[in-house]
This record gives sequence, C-alpha cells and structure tokens, in this order.
Amino acid sequence: MSSTANTADVGMRRPDLSAQRLRKRYAAERRFRLYGVIAVVTAIGMLAVLLGSIVQNGYSAFWQTQMKLTVTPTAEQIGLEGQPTPENLRDTNFRPVVYEALFQLFPEVTGEQARRQLRGFVSGAAARDIREQVIENPSLLGTSFDVWVKTDDKIDMLHKGYVDRALPPDRRLLDTEFIQWHDQLDARGRVEAFFNTTFFTGTDSREPEQAGILAATVGSFLTLFVTLLLSFPIAVLAAVYLEEFAPKNKATDLIEVNINNLAAVPSIVYGLLGLAVVINFFGFPRSSPLVGGIVLSLMTLPTIIISARSALRAVPPSIREAALGVGASRIQTVTHHVLPLSLPGILTGTIIGMAQALGETAPLLMVGMVAFIVEVPTSVTDPSTVLPVQVFLWSTSPERAFIEKTSAAIMVLLAFLIAMNATAVLLRKQFERRW
Amino acid sequence: MNTSIFLLTLVALLAFSYWVGRRRAYTVSGGHPVHLHSLPSYYGSYLALWCGLPGVLLAAGWFVVEPQVAEYYMLQALDPQTKDLPPQRLQLLITDIQNLAAGYGVFREVTPELERAAAAYNSVFNFGRSIALVAALSLSVVGLGVGRRFITPDLRARNKVERVITIVMIVASTIAIMTTIGIVLSLLFEAIRFFSRIPIDNFLFGLTWDPQTAIREDQVASEGAFGAVPLFAGTLLITVIAMAVAVPVGLFSAIYLSDYAPKRIRGTVKPLLEILAGVPTVVYGFFAALTVAPFIRDTFGGFGFPVSSESALAAGVVMGIMIIPFVSSLSDDVMNAVPQSLRDGAYAMGATQSETIKQVVFPAALPGIVGAILLAISRAIGETMIVVMAAGLAANLTANPFEAVTTVTVQIVTLLTGDQQFDSAKTLAAFALGITLFAVTLALNVVALNIVRKYREKYE
Repeated sequence: MSSTANTADVGMRRPDLSAQRLRKRYAAERRFRLYGVIAVVTAIGMLAVLLGSIVQNGYSAFWQTQMKLTVTPTAEQIGLEGQPTPENLRDTNFRPVVYEALFQLFPEVTGEQARRQLRGFVSGAAARDIREQVIENPSLLGTSFDVWVKTDDKIDMLHKGYVDRALPPDRRLLDTEFIQWHDQLDARGRVEAFFNTTFFTGTDSREPEQAGILAATVGSFLTLFVTLLLSFPIAVLAAVYLEEFAPKNKATDLIEVNINNLAAVPSIVYGLLGLAVVINFFGFPRSSPLVGGIVLSLMTLPTIIISARSALRAVPPSIREAALGVGASRIQTVTHHVLPLSLPGILTGTIIGMAQALGETAPLLMVGMVAFIVEVPTSVTDPSTVLPVQVFLWSTSPERAFIEKTSAAIMVLLAFLIAMNATAVLLRKQFERRW
Repeated sequence: MNTSIFLLTLVALLAFSYWVGRRRAYTVSGGHPVHLHSLPSYYGSYLALWCGLPGVLLAAGWFVVEPQVAEYYMLQALDPQTKDLPPQRLQLLITDIQNLAAGYGVFREVTPELERAAAAYNSVFNFGRSIALVAALSLSVVGLGVGRRFITPDLRARNKVERVITIVMIVASTIAIMTTIGIVLSLLFEAIRFFSRIPIDNFLFGLTWDPQTAIREDQVASEGAFGAVPLFAGTLLITVIAMAVAVPVGLFSAIYLSDYAPKRIRGTVKPLLEILAGVPTVVYGFFAALTVAPFIRDTFGGFGFPVSSESALAAGVVMGIMIIPFVSSLSDDVMNAVPQSLRDGAYAMGATQSETIKQVVFPAALPGIVGAILLAISRAIGETMIVVMAAGLAANLTANPFEAVTTVTVQIVTLLTGDQQFDSAKTLAAFALGITLFAVTLALNVVALNIVRKYREKYE
C-alpha cells in the first residue's frame, strides 16, 4: 500500500491544477496538429514551386520570334548553275540574299564591323528556310517577296523580355545595337512572335532557335517500345508462375527476396550492368534504343512483377476452384479465367512501370544515350537519345534560351507522364472489381 | 535476308504450322475430334512449338556468337605480323576497324589491309547472318515436318504444350536472379581488375580523389589518386541533409493524413504527393540547379557566408523533397497497420489524439518507420541526376553544407560519360564505386525489408 502522505495528497483535489494541465495538454494537441498541417503544406508548396518555376521558365518556348525580310534572290547571288530545278537549288547558298535584305532594312549600318554584327541578328536557319520555299516555288527566283524568318536566339530572348535593359551592356550579355535594331523593327511591325513549330519538328541543335525535341521523342518511344516488349511478357510469366504454380520452397523464397531487393537497387547500377554486359560483353550497339530498352526493362521488371502478383492475388480462389471443378487444367484455369480477370490490374502496374522508365535518365547516360543526335532514329539500333536525357543535355548549355527550351521539354515530358498515369487511374476505376 | 523479313516469315510459318497441326489432328481422328486426347487447338500449338523452337533457338544462338565470329574473321583478314601486336594496341586496332566497318572516320591511315579486315567484318553481318537466318528457317520447316508425324489421336498434346509453358514461366522468373548475378559478376569482375592496379585500402581509406590518368600511354603522368573517402563523405552529407528535410515533413504528413485529415483533404493531398513521387529525377535536378541553388546562394550569401553555387545544401534539400512522398506513404502504411484496439485503449484511458500517436501508435510503428527511413536512405544514396546536375565535381572533404561536394554516383557518371578507353583505371574506378554503392544499398534494403516484414507479421 502507498504511504499515508501520498493518500492525503490524492485526497486534496486541486481543480485549478488539473484545469491548467488540461489546457497544456490541449495546447500540445493543437501544436501537434499544426505540425502536421505545416508538413502537408510544405510538401504541397514544394510541388507548386517546382511546377510553377518550370512553367514560368518554359511557357515562352512555345513561341518564337520571327522577323519579316523582303528578299530578292537572284540566280547569280545564290550561285545557281543551270536551270532552277530542285536538285540544282539544293546546292545553292541563300546567305547573301538574307544579309542583303538585312542591310536594306538598316541602310544606316555601314562598315564591315557593324555589318558583321548585324548578321548576328538573324538565325542561321533563315537562309535554309528561304531556300526550301524557293525549291517549292522556283518562280519566286528573281522576284521580290516578303518572308518571315527566325531571329537569332538572343533577339528571341530580348523580344520575350528576358533581357534586363537597365543593366550595363557588359553585364546584360547583349550589345546595345541589337536592342536598338530590335526596337526599330518592332516599331515597324516587322518582329513578331509565332507559335514555335520548330520545337516539335526539329532535332537537337547547338543553336537554341533551331533546337527541337522530335528526335528525342521518337527515341523515347522506340526505347519504351523495346522496354514494353521485353518486360511485359516476362513479368506476366514470372508473376503467374510465382503466384499460381511455384512450390513453397527455398528457391521460390530466394526469387521473391531477390525481386524485392532488385526493386530498390539504384537505377545507375542497371546502367553499369548494361555497359559491362549488354554493350561490352554481348556487343550490342552503343547509344541505341535497343540497349536502352533492355536496361530499362531489367529495371522495371520488379515493379511490374510485384504489381502483377498483387493483381493475381486479388482474384478470389472460388474462380480457380470453379474452373478446376469443371475439369480445366491448371494452365487453362489461369489463361482462361484468372489472367483475364486480373489483366486491368496488371496493365495498370505496367503503365506505371513504363512511366517510370520514360522518366529515367541515369542508366541511359551509362549506355551512351547522351550523344548529340541530329537525325531522327528510324530503327531500334540507330544511335538516339531520349526526352529526359535531352533535358539533361540542354540544361548543361550556357545560353539563356536553352533554359527556356529545357523547361518546355520538361513540360512535354510531364505531359506524357500525366497522360500515362491518368490512363492507369482510369483503367483502375473502369475495371476495378470488388469480389 | 534481314532480321525483320526473318521475323515476318517465322510468324507466317508459325501460323501455318498451327493450322496444319489442327487439320492433321482432325484428319487422324477420322473426322471425330471427340476421339482426340486434347482439344484440336493444342495439336496446333504443339506443331507450332515443333516448328518455332528449333529455328528461334538457332537464330538466337547465332546472334549471341555473331560479334565473336565477326572479330575472328576480321583477325583472319589481317596480316600475320599485325596480329603479334601487344594486346592493348591490337584492341585499339580492332575498335578502329569496327568503326571503319560502320562507316565512321578513324584517326589512322586506312591501309588496304584495314579495308580488307573491315570488309571481312561486315561480311559476317551481311552474308553470315543471312546464312544463319535461312538455316534457322529451314530448320523450322524440318521441325514442322517431323512434328507432324507425331500427331496421333493418343498424343497428349495438351500436357506437352503445358509443360513447355511451365518451363518458359520458370525461366522468366529466374531472370530476376540472373539480373542480380549479372550485376554482381560484372561489377565484381571490373572492380577486381581495378583493385589489381590500385590497392583496395587506398581506395577505401584514401583521402584524395583526383582521377587524372595519362592521356597517352607513354606519358609519365601519375595514375591519379583514387581515395574514395571524400566521395563517401559527400554522399553522406547530402543524404543527411535530404533526410533532415524528408523525415520530419514526410512523417508529419503521414500522421496528419492518417489520423487527422478529413476525408476530402486526404483524397486531394494523397494524389498530389503521388505526383511529387512521379516527377522524373532529371526535373528535380534542373529545379535544384536553376531555382534552389541560386536562391540558397543569394539568401545565405547575403549573411556573409561564402556559399558555393553548387552547394551540398541545394542538392540535399531537393533530394529531400523528392523523398518526402516515399517516407510519407511507407510510414502511412505502417501506422495504419497498428491495430485500432491499441488506439482505442489509449483513448479509453483519456489520452488525447496526439498523446495516443506519440505514446502508443508511434512506438508500436517504430520498427516499420525505421525500415521505411532505411529504404529512403538507400534511395538517397543511389540517386543520381539531382546530384549530377546540382552538386559539384570537386572532391572536397568537408562537412560544410554551403560548400560543393561530390558523390559516388556523380563520379560514376563523370568517369563513364567521357570518351576514353574502356580499360583505363578511370573507367574501372567507376565499377569499383558501383559495387560499393550496390553493396551498401543492398545491405540497407535487406535490413529494411526484413524489419518491415517482421513488423508486419507481428500485428497480423
């Protein structure tokens, strides 16, 4: 029993004390709850800042500044030999035409030095674009016509307002002359921003105004195609075996532990595996979607297997028992009943795995998909790059215009990912069954 | 004959043999399929297997040995004295001939001998491959003929087909094991070659990382310093920063979402956190380099701290953001697994909700949460793109989060993405780092998964 002093203590009721303690406890409760709210708000806030900064930096990349030139291409100026057939025109050089038109816009610019600077106003792609136009319509040769051509990326940045005019010339990385020329043309209505089709139809380029994501997007699709082709059948077969057929023994346990561990291996290790085994040992072509796809499918296999197994597990045993009861073999039971019923779940897991593979970068750096690729790949053995790697490559470029391009490429990548995940969610909602 | 024609022909042949098999079964049953052991379609599949397997195996076998055969023929085409070159220079020559064969330019004089070798090399891919694929198709036709003879009403076609399917399934499930073995063997093999040049204790305990190797072989330059301690320290620093962000935010989000949030908020916040988990790491890297790093530099630089623009803090914080959903969803799971009866007991004693969480739910879920945190740490250690884009390359041995540090993964990427010989100490060092990374993350994963599993069993 407790001492008498203690009993006396308990006997003395102190309502003020207990009320005080209760207040304290409730305050602690509110504080604790507040921490939770702060944590959630922080996490969501970070997401908002992340997406916000990408959109803010990137939305302008979908527009491109162009200028109106009045060009008068003549046969001798472009160095045309013979008739203006498409073949002959392909060998011509329209640069003098572009420069001539540019000098006519600014008759006050004289002197070799100033004129050389003025040439930097227009994109290197302008001459090529005009040539394409003339090839399509050779009657333009010798006539004077208006044409909209891309400006250089620094003018693009200036037109979009990324250049701080208040800064001294040596810190704003753009000569004062360019600003004057741009403002003059702007006043004459000769500079305008158009929708940037080059960004979607162009391939990688050192010049930001000519760079596009087509090659990388095609590379991503080819790589994902290989990944899907390899990982989906293997994962389904493995999941069916482990869930429906495998005897409970040490070997099965080992495989299970292995799959769980593989799901947590850093992705870059798969890249090392691809480099050492797929490229150096088996001699598959470097930088190709084939190798990238093999590496990514090894990486996504565990994810798909795990989700496929849980989809198979969700099919109630009564279905199997009914099928076995009417005389189906075990494989017939699985292929005719269990697998079709669990297919929506398996597909959902596969799409999520593919989305993971689409966003993966590190292992692809290891197998050489970081090359500067200008050609759109046409087969799985062509050298190619993928969207996230393109993002990485552009992000290392120093030009201001590439920040915008990088952010826009990220927006495209995120759009693909959102589309894939939305499909997965819809699939799950549409076919979800409660047994 | 190219590969796509081969595949198309093979598919056509398979469809044909399936049809033949079914018809044959129908014929041998005397027009009464009831007398067959299996359904007619199984006879079709049976014959398709007879037709497909030999051809596919032969073609696959050819593709495995093709590079070796090509190299052998290339060497045969070279002059005898060329073949006596020291192995390393011969290897370089072989690489050059391969480039020549692929139509790329090479940095050496193209002699007729080299052209001959390149032609021999190419002929294996053109001529040799055609022969192999035609042989594979012929074998398929032979298989079709042979298999057709076996079809009788008593043939247990279903059992045979199912046995093949089972074998294929077993092979598919061992691919996980093969991957692990492949990872371990390939990393170990290259790492052992690295450690034969650089002693393993220099690597594990050396304090300087400076992988400069000679550009030309006859240069007197040093082998470079391969002490990996600064890399380990840098990785640790960034991981600690990341966990300092992710653990409190993730844990409190999980607590709030599982025990406090009304259903509507829970329904919106959870998918948002999942978006955070689905953002590619390269995006986080760009965000860290473009937005967070300058922000940290300007904020703390304003107080007079010297802040590097590639500070460990920027990379660590962004990595922490990336890991938040990972920590929160895993700890949400483990806290939900704590039986409601424990909570009800605490409430019955008069505990407030936060007291219940702090004194009952959290201690009960602690092992699972520790497991979740260990998994998160292993993730942070292996994360690559954020640190490649936002952390530095210089191997500083420092604990100052405002300075630039480098990590194991950054160095693997830098060592392997340049143009260099595959056998140099630099590239091999990447594999030594790779196996260290693999071993550490594997150990963390095994421990964490075991804790989580044990814990789950405890309350089930």
